[in-house]
Amino acid sequence: MIRHLISAADLSRDDALLILDTAGELAQMADRPIFKLPTLRGRTVVNLFYEDSTRTRISFEAAAKRLSADVINFSAKGSSVAKGESLKDTALTLEAMGADAVVIRHGASGAPHRLAGWVRGSVVNAGDGTHEHPTQALLDAFTMRSRLGRLEGLRVTIVGDVLHSRVARSNVLLLHTLGADVTLVAPPTLLPVAVGTWPCEVSYDLDAELPKTDVVMMLRVQAERMNAAYFPTVREYSRRYGLDGSRMALLPEHAIVMHPGPMNRGVEIAADVADSARSTIVEQVANGVSIRMAVLYLLLGGSEASA
Amino acid sequence: MTAGNDASTGWIIRGAQPLGGPATDLLVRDGVIAEMGAGLSASGATEVDAAGLVALPGLVDLHTHLREPGREDAETVLSGTAAAAMGGYTAVHAMANTDPVADTAGVVEQIWRLGRRAGYCDVRPVGAVTAGLGGSRLAELGAMADSAARVRVFSDDGKCVSDAVLMRRALEYVKAFDGVIAQHAQEPRLTEAAQMNEGEWSGRLGLAGWPAVAEEAIIARDCLLAAHVGSALHICHVSTAGSVEIIRWAKSKGWRVTAEVTPHHLLLTDELAASYDPVYKVNPPLRTAADVTALRQALADGTIDCVATDHAPHPLEDKETEWPAAAFGMTGLETALRVVHESMVDTGLLDWAGVADRMSVRPAAIGRLDGTGVASTGAPDGTPVHGCALGTGAPANLVLYDPASSEPVDPRIHVSRSRNSPFAGMRLPGRVQATFLRGVPTVLDGKLAR
Repeated sequence: MIRHLISAADLSRDDALLILDTAGELAQMADRPIFKLPTLRGRTVVNLFYEDSTRTRISFEAAAKRLSADVINFSAKGSSVAKGESLKDTALTLEAMGADAVVIRHGASGAPHRLAGWVRGSVVNAGDGTHEHPTQALLDAFTMRSRLGRLEGLRVTIVGDVLHSRVARSNVLLLHTLGADVTLVAPPTLLPVAVGTWPCEVSYDLDAELPKTDVVMMLRVQAERMNAAYFPTVREYSRRYGLDGSRMALLPEHAIVMHPGPMNRGVEIAADVADSARSTIVEQVANGVSIRMAVLYLLLGGSEASA
Repeated sequence: MTAGNDASTGWIIRGAQPLGGPATDLLVRDGVIAEMGAGLSASGATEVDAAGLVALPGLVDLHTHLREPGREDAETVLSGTAAAAMGGYTAVHAMANTDPVADTAGVVEQIWRLGRRAGYCDVRPVGAVTAGLGGSRLAELGAMADSAARVRVFSDDGKCVSDAVLMRRALEYVKAFDGVIAQHAQEPRLTEAAQMNEGEWSGRLGLAGWPAVAEEAIIARDCLLAAHVGSALHICHVSTAGSVEIIRWAKSKGWRVTAEVTPHHLLLTDELAASYDPVYKVNPPLRTAADVTALRQALADGTIDCVATDHAPHPLEDKETEWPAAAFGMTGLETALRVVHESMVDTGLLDWAGVADRMSVRPAAIGRLDGTGVASTGAPDGTPVHGCALGTGAPANLVLYDPASSEPVDPRIHVSRSRNSPFAGMRLPGRVQATFLRGVPTVLDGKLAR
């Protein structure tokens, strides 16, 4: 197993399947009344969050605690970071405190790469800028496999602001590794210019893709993109790329609707779609804890001081 | 200015190969090459064994950030010119983006005087085009031209003169004193928050892209402007294949356009950003392998006139950060000749005469250091002369270079104050053994001579 999880591309097919299988076992245990594993007792996991993301932080915190790790939450706001401490100095501080793993969320693409060069513990990328969010991709793959029974050959359509989306990048890489067929759908302004080099298909026409889709994943689109002329208005974006009830009807019977959250209801996804039986949005949150447990377990469990 | 005891007795350089040609001796005395030929003797002259060394005219850099005044933690005129001497340079053009900005006669004269005091190489201040690099009104270009610093190259480098009217006026205005506008070609709106070359790697790495068109659009516009008003335009740090095509076209029209390329754009590509190590963060950014090939070809065929370092020293804390937070820029003075050796000579694209032309003769001409500017403007004596062929009577500005050496680059031993060399750890050919400025060694045996 790898030491850090920074990019979904770090994972071989075997690594990725091991994480998904492990998460599956952990999820079953979670149904039992008293659920806590001693695996990471005495180990320290630091949640280093430079961006507000209560959902992701709580998910990692719950995962670490269920494995009996000591958890330190280090939020950039109101800390020494807000007073101008560099990432490197923060890293050295965490190192001195004996962090076995650092879970980092940062607004700068590549910050986890830099951190991994400065600490001895494992680094888990919990979202870096517009780069990657590998545990999100893992929990998405886990959710797809739970619902549809397989990943190989699955047709996955990812819709929205691919250019700025770390979720899209990690999903394209991981789903390609796992044998799914990914199609990105977005206005051309919200696709990287060299998206043709990515291991996926690209389309500008959502209605044409939906009938041949097993999984449609809607990405959050920020209204402020409008100000940089990525699209003319939120309403036009919603009309062309939003998933409403009538569009959902174009999907095959078995197809599911995913969203990494937080949602803009009425923009990229209509409220009735988000709350429909096809929606896996709440499941994704629950699966997030299992996946993060599996990641911490596999990154840390095998090394020294394991229980 | 640096005439010491050595100048009277002089130096005999034994067995050097001017421009890589047949070996000869050179007698350097009274600031000039007094004699060239086999078996020279001169009583009292100090011998320098130059067997196997290539002799080139002292290198001239059109694009150096010396950081003084304002960022003496990154570089000073003293440390930067020492680094230049170690790289074989005898003249550097100090960019204007200091603090305060070099946009008045007072500041350019200060930098010029600091250069004279340091004595490692001639410092030619570049004047800002616009006041405070603000891009809204012209700086007092004439006052800088008339000052003791005798400024001839004007640039807002680091920022583009993006306002078309202001650029036109600047190009026109400097004709009165044979000046040239050196443009940092970067369309600002197309490069807001840009971090690296826009392409395959920026998309994968999630770093905001700096598209080639942002450079090419400005170059095209400015070539047309220069043609319209009949002025001299110099393009800083050309980085894309498309820019090369535009410049080639402009030159084919006979327009007064010159261009430079940096050593790093001749050797490195954008995939290095995959390390997220900001030592590879530079503006304009590292481009693709296809761009590197086009730039090398353009330097070889003369479409790009010269190599300029864009030496941009930064303290460690400005590079030991997340990529987006890091400063743009790389050091280059102490490695430039070796990089050109690797990318242009070892590839057969240039011989040593070509290197001398692209790193000394042509940049000296663009910077009006070749003596012609003095004559045409009737300037008083004092403007130094560089870029002359190595011959009897020429100013003794020269570099002795060992082409057989090959060592990994180690920024820790650089004399620059900063360590941000993108070539760290790379094995590059060659070594500067000695540099002479007007007959006085600034570097001997690969070490600072004073």
